[in-house]
Amino acid sequence: MENNNYAIETNDLSIHYGRFTAVKSVNMKVERQKITAIIGPSGCGKSTLLRAFNRMNDFVPGCFVTGELLLDKQNLYGKTIDPVEVRRKIGMVFQKPNPFPKSIYENIAWGARINGFKGKMDDLVEQSLRAAALWDEVKDKLQESAYALSGGQQQRLCIARTIAIQPEIILMDEPASALDPISTLRIEELMQELKKNYTIIIVTHNMQQAARASDYTAMMMIDDKRAGSVIEFDDTKTIFMRPSDKRTEDYVTGRFG
Amino acid sequence: MKPPAEAQNFRHFDLKKKFRISESIIQALLFLAGILSIFTTLAIVYELGKEALLFFNIPDVTLGKFLGTTKWQPGIGQYGIWALVSATLVTSAIAMLISLPLGLASAIYLSEYASPKMRSILKPILEILAGIPTVVYGYFALLFITPILKSFLGDNIQVYNMLSAGLVMGIMILPLISSMSEDALSAVPRSLREGAYAMGATKLETSLQIVLPAALSGIGAAIIIGISRAVGETMIVAVAAGSGPNFSFNPLEAAETMTGHIARISGGDLSYNSIDYTSLFAIALMLFLVTLILNLISQWVVNKFREQYE
Repeated sequence: MENNNYAIETNDLSIHYGRFTAVKSVNMKVERQKITAIIGPSGCGKSTLLRAFNRMNDFVPGCFVTGELLLDKQNLYGKTIDPVEVRRKIGMVFQKPNPFPKSIYENIAWGARINGFKGKMDDLVEQSLRAAALWDEVKDKLQESAYALSGGQQQRLCIARTIAIQPEIILMDEPASALDPISTLRIEELMQELKKNYTIIIVTHNMQQAARASDYTAMMMIDDKRAGSVIEFDDTKTIFMRPSDKRTEDYVTGRFG
Repeated sequence: MKPPAEAQNFRHFDLKKKFRISESIIQALLFLAGILSIFTTLAIVYELGKEALLFFNIPDVTLGKFLGTTKWQPGIGQYGIWALVSATLVTSAIAMLISLPLGLASAIYLSEYASPKMRSILKPILEILAGIPTVVYGYFALLFITPILKSFLGDNIQVYNMLSAGLVMGIMILPLISSMSEDALSAVPRSLREGAYAMGATKLETSLQIVLPAALSGIGAAIIIGISRAVGETMIVAVAAGSGPNFSFNPLEAAETMTGHIARISGGDLSYNSIDYTSLFAIALMLFLVTLILNLISQWVVNKFREQYE
């Protein structure tokens, strides 16, 4: 029997914009219920790779993917795959909090409703907000606009609405980079809670965050043709303490560029 | 503690207020530009009100007759404005029933579905529609649309009718609604769409349930301008809707709108003191009120349903 501990795997996954290759030959096995961080200098294709995981790159004109991205043995870029269904299984939290201009309640209920949720909506909203550690702060103002919340609360609301559709994997694209240190800490604590039930892949600029919060780390670097690739992928301790690649060592110790 | 050495020969800055002549001139010019439009509006209302007052001062004319009866023939003592208001409402309603859904649909297509290439072809074509003179639209209604309607409806529809005029008016307003709505939809941040797609929303769900409500205040402005154009449109209804007041809500009949009536009567021989002349101002005042009320209603509806982003 194959190892079933992997939530998602890539096989020589490359991402191209027209004739330009932005990310080259990524081979990664992302373990279930763990936090995998993707680090690397600006412009190395971290976000591009992350957005390939739930086919958000489909919306970028000229962008296409070669190689395989396997979820449950199915290639997510296969011809018979519906990208809408992919995104129901692989949720995403963005760099800048982007709640819908609706009430706090509706922000969570909307996604559940379009995904055909039939149960008691009030319960789902409460569960999701609790799971995102936001319930106590908003339980008395569920009908108020999501924009009345602070940036950190908005980001947790975005996490809550993602949880509400019960994905397998949650992608986070620098989820704390627009937040203050206290809100950042809360998001990191929340990630530790969430990994009990979800697989998390996070892109981060913040080395300490990757070291603190993640179980595995993928180090990305750009080559002379400006194509990014994963140069090292290992458990986070190894990447930060005994990296095998000199470039990783330079980067994580701050000697880079 | 001693202050550091460099602080002792501290340089003096001149922070006194300076008079900047260019700033003052620009401010005055901008103020004048703003005040000009307000002044024009006030002047129009004053002129309308003054002349309309002459009409209402005629002993035979009462507000009750004006608003409470349905025959308009001031020369023989019939002052029921509804004979004209009904046609304005019917033609405007038909126009909005055409232009609102089609305009919104084409705006959603252009902003959410069309490829950049498709958009660069379709948008200019749509904008050509907006450049056609209304008199051309009027004869298009009378000579093209009406015969088509007649081929379906036969003698049930009159040669001059509100339906044909309203339909063509809708086509005239469509590019306005479409173009303004498309601007409003395109202005909705991409991050909102991405948030929706990332939750497994389809394009349709995202467009209708996330982008559209967020763009509603801009779309509301389009609707308001569309209604104002419809209520105020003169040439199309003058040519195609009929020339004779007729209190009717049947779009297959001929009827004269407030604007059409003003155009026809003022085009003939009129003496300044005649009741026909002063009555025109009462109609114009009513037109002004109808537009205002419809605008207020649409503003209210839009405010009720819109979802404000940041």
